[in-house]
Amino acid sequence: MNGLVEKANRFFDLPLTVRSRILVLVGALFLIPTFILPLWRMTLYSNQFPDGLELYIYTYTLDGGHPRGRDDLREISTLNHYIGMRPLLESDFSEFKWMPLLIGIFLILALRSTVMGKMSNVVDVGVMFGYFGLFSLWSFYSRLYQYGHNLDPMAPVKVAPFTPPLIGSKQLANFTVYSYPGVASYFLIAFVLLLVLGVLSSSRKAAE
Amino acid sequence: MKKQFGIRSILLGFGFIGFVALLISQSCARKPKTAMGDVAQAAMATYVAPGDLDEYYMFYSGGQSGNIFVAGVPSMRHLATIPVFTPYPSTGYGFDKATKEMLGGYTWGDAHHPALSETNGDYDGRWLFINDNANNRVARIDLKDFKTKQILGPIPNVSGNHGSTFITPNSEYLLAASRFSVPVPKGTYAPIEQYATTYKGVVAGIAVDPKTGEMSLGWEILMPPFDYDLGDAGKGPSNGWAFWTCYNSERATGKLEVSSTQRDRDYAVAANWKLAEQAIKEGKYKTVGGAKVIDPKDVPGVIYLIPAAKSPHGVDVSPDGKYFVVSGKLQSITTVFNFEKMQTAIQNKEFTGDEDGVPVLKYDSVKDGEVNVGLGPLHTQFDDQGYAYTSLFVESAIAKWKMGTWEVVDKIPVTYNIGHLAAAEGDSMHPKGKYLVALNKLSHGTHLSVGPSQPESSQLIDISGEKMKLLYNAFTEPEPHYAQIIKADKIKPIEVYAKTDNKDPNAIWDVKDAKVQRSGNDVKVWMTAVRSNFEPNHFEVNQGDHVTIYLTNIEQTTDELHGWGLLEYNINIVVDPGETKTIEFTATKPGVYAYYCTNFCSALHQEMQGYLLVKSKGSQATNAARKAEKPYPAQLARSSLR
Repeated sequence: MNGLVEKANRFFDLPLTVRSRILVLVGALFLIPTFILPLWRMTLYSNQFPDGLELYIYTYTLDGGHPRGRDDLREISTLNHYIGMRPLLESDFSEFKWMPLLIGIFLILALRSTVMGKMSNVVDVGVMFGYFGLFSLWSFYSRLYQYGHNLDPMAPVKVAPFTPPLIGSKQLANFTVYSYPGVASYFLIAFVLLLVLGVLSSSRKAAE
Repeated sequence: MKKQFGIRSILLGFGFIGFVALLISQSCARKPKTAMGDVAQAAMATYVAPGDLDEYYMFYSGGQSGNIFVAGVPSMRHLATIPVFTPYPSTGYGFDKATKEMLGGYTWGDAHHPALSETNGDYDGRWLFINDNANNRVARIDLKDFKTKQILGPIPNVSGNHGSTFITPNSEYLLAASRFSVPVPKGTYAPIEQYATTYKGVVAGIAVDPKTGEMSLGWEILMPPFDYDLGDAGKGPSNGWAFWTCYNSERATGKLEVSSTQRDRDYAVAANWKLAEQAIKEGKYKTVGGAKVIDPKDVPGVIYLIPAAKSPHGVDVSPDGKYFVVSGKLQSITTVFNFEKMQTAIQNKEFTGDEDGVPVLKYDSVKDGEVNVGLGPLHTQFDDQGYAYTSLFVESAIAKWKMGTWEVVDKIPVTYNIGHLAAAEGDSMHPKGKYLVALNKLSHGTHLSVGPSQPESSQLIDISGEKMKLLYNAFTEPEPHYAQIIKADKIKPIEVYAKTDNKDPNAIWDVKDAKVQRSGNDVKVWMTAVRSNFEPNHFEVNQGDHVTIYLTNIEQTTDELHGWGLLEYNINIVVDPGETKTIEFTATKPGVYAYYCTNFCSALHQEMQGYLLVKSKGSQATNAARKAEKPYPAQLARSSLR
């Protein structure tokens, strides 16, 4: 038992190699595009919209596609009101306040770990970020659930409560809805992978 | 006997062979193989498959309908009608405050000659201008949204604005001219016997703001009382000049058919508009009827007359700007005048006299060629290969002739009596060739019969080869005159009025912002239209109240138009996605009047309705008592879908 603790202590006290620091630094830089690029993307196809209505979820806002001057976000809300769904309002999402803040904190913490240069710093960032990622997914899923279940009983078209897809596709009335992670999500995944690589790189170096 | 039979059978045999040969040759003549091929080729050339788009836009003038028709070429499909001088219920034009004011009380106009805005002599796809021959106006359509944005006029002193709106190469001016000379300023009386001396013709330039397209009065030139007919602006070397034709140089009145056709020649008019512009700057003008009018005697060199074929009609400047082509309706030749020769003749003062101080140039000094086009030449268009195409009204044909040699190389019959013709960008400095549309005046039943009031016919002709080939017959409502054909990719229209671009101070974007406000007898309503409700969905006024409704279509998707029709109040509005319109009326009639969406919008379109309740004068007390009864819960009255 003591051996395991000592082993863990040694591991967390390991210095980060230059290679690891670079990997973590690059990972930290990968967080920057998430302030600009969409985190999630939903596309709603129907006969009337062969090019699809687009909905983009960013870390800080919601936006629709704008082909030919259209505002797809407004259009999705207009269509949804027939089944009594609440309009998609940016002000209803507390996520848009805490997500950019937290990602900013992770960016700083990741940069800090490259300076402090200890394995424990990187592991802290990775574990907390993992929790943050899962919490965000749950939060997003519960949003979808709420929008699909809290339907106005006075709505002109009565539908059974439903949850729009988080990942994958689903047929909803005359629309086929596709939902997939956006570019920013891939940057977030890349960030995690680079943290892991950073950890592996330094621990392998120590094992040599 | 045997011998006779033999001869007879031989003769019969030959006869039979001959008969068969005749049959074969006849059937070949009736259905030549190539003809079937031509029809199939024409069908292929005009077929635009579902989902595909036409290559060109064509903007037809709608004549006395006061509208512009928009078609696709080569399919010739009618795509839209742009109302300009006439109220048009389809789009609610002329019912809301802004368009009502723009129409200025007129309920018709006579739209003749559309002109696309130009930059360096080529179409730039920004605006389309159109004249009103009847009420002396000009209008601008913005090609961002295909809507009429400005109507200028009636233009002072101009009477019968037919020789319009031919535009200068950088859209500096639109031309305008009097077809029916009158005493000026308009409103002045002079007996008809004084026509030759007191009545005045006017040719004019309407200034166009190069940034906004806003039109304003430019210059006018006082002319002898002839009938100024058609025009065109110079380009390239002739840039800075404007040309017109005129008939009735006899200064006749009465039965013009006879009295105005006695002289052998009428005139072409050449005006130096840069000089006119300069003269206005230098103050060499008189203000007549609110316009700056130049007397040609005060500004020598500003305008000349050139003898032209009797009763001339079209004047068309060649793409290189070196020639202007004048066609005389009553002759079989089209005259090509040389701009450079005209300049030399002016320098050498080769005049034969003057008309009210306007010098008349010698015909032979300015003429370059006479083209034997055929009977009744009217208008000329150009292609990209150095050919010109002249419409022949009397002959019902188009003549194709070569610039320079002035020789007719091909002719094609049309059905029937062609007026204008329009080639792809055929009056710009770089015509596209390929397509030519014959705008025929008579169709004589070449269509399914629709009774005595027959449509006009437009024929699409392929001009890419040596021989002109007829491709397609299309029919339109009365009555297109001239048209403009522009490459489709030069126009980039919007399809939604973006919320951010709507500058109407009374626009609202949320049903929650809808409201009714009263001050005295003025009731103001801020109303939203969105699938499938109006908010407010009912409101009350008193009889005699002045009602203003600011109606915003808060949709932001393509083709979600909403209408607002108010029963028995003669009000019909259509708002495009993101558009705000102001409706004003006085609630003269008491009672309850429904309003509803007129433009089918959604599955619950029928339900998109509401009520205007007008309390009659002196029945306030009764109404108050009724209100106290509360016949149904208030929330049920609000049927809006939130």
